[in-house]
Amino acid sequence: MVTLKELPTVELFGPGHRMCTGCGPAATARITMKALEKPAIIVNATGCLEVATTIYPETAWKVPWIHTLFENIAAVASGIEASMRKQGKIDSVDIVAFGGDGGTFDIGIQALSGALERKHDFTYICYDNEAYMNTGIQRSGATPFGAATTTTPAGSKIPGKEHPKKDLIGVCVAHGVEFAATASLAYWNDYITKVRRAAAVKGPAVIHVLAPCPLGWRFDTADTVKLARLAVQTRYFPLYEVEQGRYKLNVKVPKPIPLEEFLKPQGRFRHLFAPESKPALDELKRQVESNWNRVAQRCEETMKQASSSPS
Amino acid sequence: MNGDEAVAFAAKQAKVDVVAAYPITPQTIIVERFSDYVANGEVDTQFICVESEHSALSACVGSALSGSRVFTATSSQGLALMHEVLYLASGLRAPIVMAVVNRALSAPINIHNDHSDMMGSRDCGWIQIYAENGQEAYDWTLQAFKIAEDHKVLLPVTVNLDGFTISHAMEGIAVLEDDDVTKLLGTRKAMYKLDTTNPMTFGPLTLPDYYSEFKRQQVDAMDNAPPVIEAATKDFGKISGRQYSAVSTFGLEDAEVAVMCLGSIAGTARTVARKMRENGKRVGVIKLWQYRPFPTTQVANLLSNLKCVGILDRSVAFGAPYGPLCSDVASTKVLTGIQTKIFNVICGLGGRDVRPVDIEAVFDRALRHARGEPVEEPVSYAGVRT
Repeated sequence: MVTLKELPTVELFGPGHRMCTGCGPAATARITMKALEKPAIIVNATGCLEVATTIYPETAWKVPWIHTLFENIAAVASGIEASMRKQGKIDSVDIVAFGGDGGTFDIGIQALSGALERKHDFTYICYDNEAYMNTGIQRSGATPFGAATTTTPAGSKIPGKEHPKKDLIGVCVAHGVEFAATASLAYWNDYITKVRRAAAVKGPAVIHVLAPCPLGWRFDTADTVKLARLAVQTRYFPLYEVEQGRYKLNVKVPKPIPLEEFLKPQGRFRHLFAPESKPALDELKRQVESNWNRVAQRCEETMKQASSSPS
Repeated sequence: MNGDEAVAFAAKQAKVDVVAAYPITPQTIIVERFSDYVANGEVDTQFICVESEHSALSACVGSALSGSRVFTATSSQGLALMHEVLYLASGLRAPIVMAVVNRALSAPINIHNDHSDMMGSRDCGWIQIYAENGQEAYDWTLQAFKIAEDHKVLLPVTVNLDGFTISHAMEGIAVLEDDDVTKLLGTRKAMYKLDTTNPMTFGPLTLPDYYSEFKRQQVDAMDNAPPVIEAATKDFGKISGRQYSAVSTFGLEDAEVAVMCLGSIAGTARTVARKMRENGKRVGVIKLWQYRPFPTTQVANLLSNLKCVGILDRSVAFGAPYGPLCSDVASTKVLTGIQTKIFNVICGLGGRDVRPVDIEAVFDRALRHARGEPVEEPVSYAGVRT
């Protein structure tokens, strides 16, 4: 894995932008630009990363960058890819689409599905902060069960979001993408390895990176990386990759830290610790465990297949 | 060939770099023919068969801003689904050429012709051309690339052709030699593009301190379009022998009244006018090729010599004083102080046939108003059961 020393010092995602202190997506964008090895073209969906980095007449981006709409970045990237192919430049450029969880899990999933099916050569990075943070913390398909948002408030009758988080990687794998992976801001070298792998594969690749939002999750701005790490170490957010259908767990968590350690510092889960919310807390724990087991099982199956098949 | 095939052939001859499109009746033949060209290696075009019209136009925006010559086609609900992307294409100054095969909008669902699709997106910042037949659709598609890609304009263009009436009607089409088209259009030279050697930010967040200036630049671009369109039609005329302009007229040298319209209905109107003129009636026809930018000066000049004009609209502007075309003519009257009487006839909705007798009734009415009968019914509906 890459070491800090090996990373380029140049900042293609420049300082001076207006993302919040402790912003997970901002750090994700910065690392991404250090990970990419070829000249890049960035396609950015509507969202925090777009509005806070390109307030005219200023821009934080020292690469060709385009924002169009909320739900269409995979389609715009398709068009750019087709143009680069026609110009004979497709092998000398990395086309990277940045979408938040709302722009990916919800409103942009049709365009993403189309682009994955058509096998355009680009990298899709979903920076997931688990709600529509830019518009003021409304629930998305990526918001976990039980989390309080402004559209799933912790009410006296309904304690936060009633539905589980959507399985984005599962959706992408079902399209037969060559490479799909989860990542966490805290495991930056794992993320960089994945970005480079995603950029290298011919055809589409998807990275789903958990990028905590201090404002929306309601935690101390100094704890962004800590929470990104706890999400992995509590098995809340398993880090794995799927290459040509083969699952691989990238960070093993043999002795998980209790989920409460991840939940308690966050205001969005505070209500789950009231005695009457015990059933909701238990349900969230059940979902986290079930998700981990599902991923772990797939990884195990891949290992079994690898050891039983002649090499 | 039919109108759709003629448009597809024009796109082929224009050597478009990228086509991104989604099928919808009655536009389908355009994408089908183009797919044939791709499958048979007759074009060197990246063809993206997308999963929706929204993505079709989004992909076109990506390609156009990467410097490519780009074409797409749609109709009706497809255009409606593109609505927000239409504004994006014009705002980002992406010179896309799009054929719109005009069809009614749901509900109720109807696959036949009227203009409610394009009129529903009338103010989207695109140059809008209306063709009368397959020949015009072919000719304007070629001219559209020259107009859209001109650095003084850099605006997307729709070439509108009436669903089925033009798209599916077979007619003899005079096509240019490939070399002549290449000579006319050349290859696109982008002023700005997504380029790793010259990084630029496209589509930044623009707040109240600058947004108005961006919009004003779009207005300026639209204002720059008429002379560019005129130059394009002259260049095209030299090669093809077919001379276009913003407006086409018939019988206006001595007409006292006229019918004004867009698209295929003009053919019927001319036939009726010719017959009536043989019987000594001084009637004429005004057909707009160029609807946006609206040729205000030309229309005013034509109107100033007429006593009354019946304006045909193939769409309804619900709750508005007039249909869209008539509204523009009414505005022209106010702007120029012309006293010509006008009245509006809504006709041909959802493919309802507009018969010669319907047009004749409009001429007869215009003649009555010209003789002094007041216009008591500013908007009427031709051949509609009540």
